[in-house]
Amino acid sequence: MLVDLQGPWSPLLGRLALSQIPYENPILAPLFVVVAIMGIAIIAALSYYGKWGYLWREWLTTVDHKKIGIMYIIIGLVMLFRGFMDGLMIRTQQAMAVGPDAAGYMGALHGYLTPYHFGQIYSAHGVIMILLAATPLLVGIMNVIVPIQVGARDMAYPYLNAVGLWITAAAAVLVMASLFVGDFSHNGWFGIAPIFELPYSPGVGVDYWMWVMQLAALGSTLGSINILATIVKMRAPGMTWLRLPIFTWASLATNIIALTSFPALTVALALIGFDRYLGTHFFTAGLGGNLMLYTDLFWLWGHPEVYFVILPAFGMLSEIIPTFSEKPLFGYVTMVLATFGIAGVSWAVWLHHFFTMGAGPDVISFFSVATMLVGIPTGVKVFNWAFTMYRGRLRFETPMLWSIGSLFLLLVGGLTGMMLAFPAINYMVHNSVFVIAHFHSMLLMIVYAIFGAVTYWWPKIFGFKLNEAWGKAVFWLFTAGTVGVFVPMYTLGFMGMTRRLDYVFNTQWQLLLDVQMLGIAFYSLSVLAFLGLLYVSIRDRAKSRVSHDAWGTTHSVEWMTPSPVPFYNFAVVPHINARDEWSWRKEHGFTDLRPDHYEDIHMPKNTGIPLILGVLTFLLGFGLTWRIWWLCALSLALIIAVVIIRSFDADTGYIIPADEVERMERAHHDRAQAAVELPQAGVPGGVTAYGQGNKPAAKGEVGAPGSGISSPEGSRA
Amino acid sequence: MSSSTSKALDPSSVELWDHSHHHHDVISTRTFGFWLYMLSDAMIFAVLFAAWEVLSYSHSFAAGPTPASFVEPGYVFLQTLALFTSVLAYGFTMVALKNGNKAGVISGLWGALILGVAFLALDINDVVHLVGMGITPDLSGGLSAFFILTQTHALHILFGLLWMLVMLVQVSRFGFSADVVGRLLSLRLFWHFQAVVWVFVFVFVYLRGMLI
Repeated sequence: MLVDLQGPWSPLLGRLALSQIPYENPILAPLFVVVAIMGIAIIAALSYYGKWGYLWREWLTTVDHKKIGIMYIIIGLVMLFRGFMDGLMIRTQQAMAVGPDAAGYMGALHGYLTPYHFGQIYSAHGVIMILLAATPLLVGIMNVIVPIQVGARDMAYPYLNAVGLWITAAAAVLVMASLFVGDFSHNGWFGIAPIFELPYSPGVGVDYWMWVMQLAALGSTLGSINILATIVKMRAPGMTWLRLPIFTWASLATNIIALTSFPALTVALALIGFDRYLGTHFFTAGLGGNLMLYTDLFWLWGHPEVYFVILPAFGMLSEIIPTFSEKPLFGYVTMVLATFGIAGVSWAVWLHHFFTMGAGPDVISFFSVATMLVGIPTGVKVFNWAFTMYRGRLRFETPMLWSIGSLFLLLVGGLTGMMLAFPAINYMVHNSVFVIAHFHSMLLMIVYAIFGAVTYWWPKIFGFKLNEAWGKAVFWLFTAGTVGVFVPMYTLGFMGMTRRLDYVFNTQWQLLLDVQMLGIAFYSLSVLAFLGLLYVSIRDRAKSRVSHDAWGTTHSVEWMTPSPVPFYNFAVVPHINARDEWSWRKEHGFTDLRPDHYEDIHMPKNTGIPLILGVLTFLLGFGLTWRIWWLCALSLALIIAVVIIRSFDADTGYIIPADEVERMERAHHDRAQAAVELPQAGVPGGVTAYGQGNKPAAKGEVGAPGSGISSPEGSRA
Repeated sequence: MSSSTSKALDPSSVELWDHSHHHHDVISTRTFGFWLYMLSDAMIFAVLFAAWEVLSYSHSFAAGPTPASFVEPGYVFLQTLALFTSVLAYGFTMVALKNGNKAGVISGLWGALILGVAFLALDINDVVHLVGMGITPDLSGGLSAFFILTQTHALHILFGLLWMLVMLVQVSRFGFSADVVGRLLSLRLFWHFQAVVWVFVFVFVYLRGMLI
């Protein structure tokens, strides 16, 4: 039943052999040495400072949604760096390999990368940036924020949350393993039928790609179930649907997309797997296979995935902009409707990724119009943010800078997206770098929102703010990089440069490619500045401690609990009275966060089983990639056994007695008193920019009768 | 902002903290999550059915055998009977659970398990029979879709049976704890869902396949 392989195979090691380790590669071998030294240094440091027990108890076995979210974000940042390095290599190769006279190094005819190696790099860049950088960063932020925003103590299924994290980590480790053991796929991040079929890609690269994507998809599906159930089932009393914080609304919509679209990817990849392992003919060029079936199935997931990553970014902007405009969000209900409008239409646009397939005028018209429809809810959102800022008291702190940068990128990317929605234009620029510049504008819009959100919610999680000066330096360096790389890329697209060129034949493009290198240099500086930002902020944390309301003008529930958030989130679950509950409380003077009573809290116990499942999942993925059948059978059997054994453990929670909660809560409040109190910008509640000019209102004249502006809360309560 | 001065709220009339000591309903939260999982599983089958629709034209069989030449509707009807009576037995399990009847739950689970094993045995026998005739998934795209769709359903059945075995042990060991009841309810969803999927497999793969 199994297909015959070309090349050696042994029962013990599968296709694995010493020759698969690229020890003579001039790029990978030194990199491996660096990674190995870093790994040894980390292990040595952990042993020297005796932190293994801490690591195991507090992080590796945790089921706390905040710590799981932080680990997701760490995975995302590490993979963002890896993906950036891939991007840097792509840009360098293209700038070096222009024209027939371009010199070649390290075995390449032109530039320094062979075509096969170049193919692996752009494929890895795409897979990593979408599935292992953007997705974990967004899932991590949702993980940290959503339960606090809905007033819950944890996720609906804390254990499943940890399982999702470790499966995602297994995918990240697998993609890193492909650097040093064997090859990665060379046929693009979305896979091209039938190039990924065994006769055309006989190596393990496609298998690595397939299983990395498969594991990441599994992790995201589990995570989406969890966040949906948390939002639907775990809201604090009084939090009706129209009092839901806007980021939570965005998370709800985005996880509905994830839940319904990731299975399509699972099936598409599984069918490639059957083709490559069992010799079936789903996507083969002959014997009844259908190449475009794959492309359809992939983008049936792929386009909803685009909105899966963009909706949380919209939610983050909708939280940050009101805080730094000192006004409530303009058009809350239309914002919710627009979010669900985008989520709904995300299912009807996938064919615009391959208009050139030639589906006929009716089909193409349908998908073209559907794609243009996306512009309507997105436009509603942009105008809502603009009207939120209109006559607000804008404060240009770092999160706000990232948000405004994000809006500009959304405009550029959105308008070029509208251009690409025209089939006539699309036929001309299909597969050109114009398309690449378009979707990088959109994805960078998400990255900007993520950086804004990380800066915005950092003090909530760690209890101190990130350094403003360094944060702004990161923003401006990153923005210089964005402009430097992508403005020339749009231009090159119009000049006819196609994507994925390992050799650039037109010497007239040299100048713009060199300008892109300048942009890459700015990006590299921003990476260094980001490390500097972390170092300086952590070093000076004593000076930048904040109390619960870190920015002074926040509005939602997560700011009603101490910073850093205690592991139980809320000593007593708050009763929700208004849409922007914290604004409402500040407005009415209910700012005392000490609850009037304490009660026993039931919390889930830590468990090492999710980590074990993650390790087994990695072994399963590795075994499948290298066709080590005994390892696959063993790890699959162990996964099933571990899941069953866990189901016999009835003792998964514990109780914190009320007086213990009270003691911990007092300690938190004492610490908050000691923290440097930031001047409260604006009036309490921070929601009354109308009619007051930029002058902070004195007490008593706030909202004087006749100002014509009534409290937005008044109509809500 | 008129409310802060002119419309001051009486603090005693406002509820700021939850006093209800409510606990989230574990079984309800769990069942909701399982519904969500079933939704993603439904999408898996939906995509597989879409692939089958694309690959079930006569040219997809590459001039090889088509379902019309080997599907026996009577045999597949036997499978249908086995699976549906298994679901019926599981229904009796649920009635017994409602009455708190432990012995009833255990015998209902056994009934569902045995009938499910019968379904799976019929399926495996069918596959062995087809492979024996040289009809394998690597002959053509159409047969690939035929086998993978039907056997993905069979794989779900296998996991359901494994789950029933675990539940038999857990019901006798833990009785009707919240965990066990929650799992029995989720398994009910899972088992009914597989029967629903089977209706589509029966109609669109086997019956319609006879026309190809």
